[in-house]
Amino acid sequence: MIQLEGVEKVYRTDRIETIALTNINLNVRAGEFISIMGPSGSGKSTLLNVIGLLDVPTGGKVALNQKPITAYTDKYLAQMRNEELGFIFQTFHLINDLSVVDNVEIPLLYRKGLSSADRRKRALEALEKVGLQSRVYHFPGQLSGGQQQRVAIARAIVGNPKILLADEPTGNLDSQMGDEIMEVLQSLNRDHQTTVVMVTHDPRQAEKTERIVRLFDGRQVS
Amino acid sequence: MLKNYLKIAFKVFLRRKFFTFISLFAISFTLVVLMVAVAFLDHIFGPNAVESRKDRTLGIYYMEMKTPDKRGMWNGSTGYRFLDRNTRNLPNVEKMSLFTEPKPIVSYLHSEKIQAYLKRTDGEFWEILTFRFLEGAPYTAEDEKNRNLVAVINDATRKKFFGNESAVGKTIEVDGQNFRVVGVVENVPYLRQVPFSDIWVPISTAKNDTYRNEMMGDFQAIYLARSENDLQAIRDEFKARLNNIEFPDPKEWNSMYGEMNTYFEALSRELVGSRDDNGSASRPGRLLAAMIIIAILFMLLPTVNLININVSRIMERAGEIGVRKAFGASSWTLVGQFIVENVLLTLIGGVLGFFLSRFVLQFITASGWFPYAEFHVNYRIFLGGLGLAVIFGLLSGVYPAWKMSRLNPVQALKGAAR
Repeated sequence: MIQLEGVEKVYRTDRIETIALTNINLNVRAGEFISIMGPSGSGKSTLLNVIGLLDVPTGGKVALNQKPITAYTDKYLAQMRNEELGFIFQTFHLINDLSVVDNVEIPLLYRKGLSSADRRKRALEALEKVGLQSRVYHFPGQLSGGQQQRVAIARAIVGNPKILLADEPTGNLDSQMGDEIMEVLQSLNRDHQTTVVMVTHDPRQAEKTERIVRLFDGRQVS
Repeated sequence: MLKNYLKIAFKVFLRRKFFTFISLFAISFTLVVLMVAVAFLDHIFGPNAVESRKDRTLGIYYMEMKTPDKRGMWNGSTGYRFLDRNTRNLPNVEKMSLFTEPKPIVSYLHSEKIQAYLKRTDGEFWEILTFRFLEGAPYTAEDEKNRNLVAVINDATRKKFFGNESAVGKTIEVDGQNFRVVGVVENVPYLRQVPFSDIWVPISTAKNDTYRNEMMGDFQAIYLARSENDLQAIRDEFKARLNNIEFPDPKEWNSMYGEMNTYFEALSRELVGSRDDNGSASRPGRLLAAMIIIAILFMLLPTVNLININVSRIMERAGEIGVRKAFGASSWTLVGQFIVENVLLTLIGGVLGFFLSRFVLQFITASGWFPYAEFHVNYRIFLGGLGLAVIFGLLSGVYPAWKMSRLNPVQALKGAAR
């Protein structure tokens, strides 16, 4: 589902060259749930961003769902992100001016051929999957952290992406809420065969995944 | 998608009340000034009921007379002698009329002081201009010839002298002379300087005849061409005649310069006309260009301001940009979203501007600063102004939107998390 071959990422400024990723080779099978661990600055988020097509690698090859990424054009990447990927962030990144259901609808706004009724129906279904059907017209500010992360998950899955990318999804939550979020991710992986790649600092949550990829100084150490 | 954009646009407008107010104020204020300026221009230069034949009317409003050494110059309205002896029988002119500028005078009614404007005209004045008579009829060339003490007054003057009663046949005292009213016309706005007055009387009723020998004075003239196509030939003939003028005392003054103009051309001659030894020439194109440049500059200033406001307004939304990009929005889709917001803001400003313009113009009309003036919103110009505002709204939105849409999504999301 996700194939990385010799991926490198170097940040260059006029004076400094920072190597973020070196020779990353990773193969994530369809329906797999893996976690990426490593100390701060080891390149975890950079790797997730490269997989999520939010960042362009300096070298190497990336393929998602058997589609090699050959052209990093704005329009193509936007379409790939919309159809193949769903993102969950540590700080939720909900739009506070929009209601819960409007937030969840966002990915569908960029998909062609969907009526507003279709979008609304699918957003409500996604909210039901994360157990938030009673909060659809609330605003993010009216929800707890755990509830906000559920909304973020609903937004990530509303377009039925094959791959979910979660950047420390439990990092801003207490352990009980973190466990609840992990259960949601596990059920999505188990029941819908969604491939999940999760960056985490928390070994307890990482242990719940099928495989742990460890990074150190931008290198893959296991 | 549009609904989602509009929803978030309104939320953002309400959240950033001060920015929204500044933006709306800039847009609506600009439109109001534009509308008031256009209403004035329309009022002064546009066709109206009285000057219904403007398309084939030329005038001599402003001349220059010079001394033999060309050092001394007298400019302004012309004298009766110059117009009478040199501009009659121009080819292709159907009718011509001489008249004075409106002059403030004082009358007394039962020892009560009444202030009004007086204009002296010939009989043809009423044939070229299409006044609407409420009662009676104009005086004629015969009245002018016979020095009949007759007058036409406007509705406002009738009310001052006679209340709501009929005025025709009654006598009014004007500047020490008694005139019999022969006609009453609708009020003509002050800014229409050619037809405007409160009281019109024959030129020949002047208290003395000195005006008959004046080359420069307070007379103007209008000429009704047979057709619009004859205007250039008439102008050329007038220019040619300027070389053969007979001066009362050539040692004192011996040359005259000027043009036959439309009222707009005459104004351009005074304001932006080109000058050389042969006097000033009208430059209507230059005046029009100056007006357009001023209008554009006037609209450009709030635009630059709006760009700054928009940049900071959009900068705050880096997180939203990051999220939308992560979930599939392309840069151009985001540009579209921010443009929708800007155009919406501009349109709201436009609607406010429309109502404010109406209010301001009604206020100016009611104020009496410009006697008998009635200012209206010119819908064609309003739509043009609104169109320009939308274009500037687009311009002021496109640059910041494009700049922000180029943000790397990772940087945008980091910016929001910081």
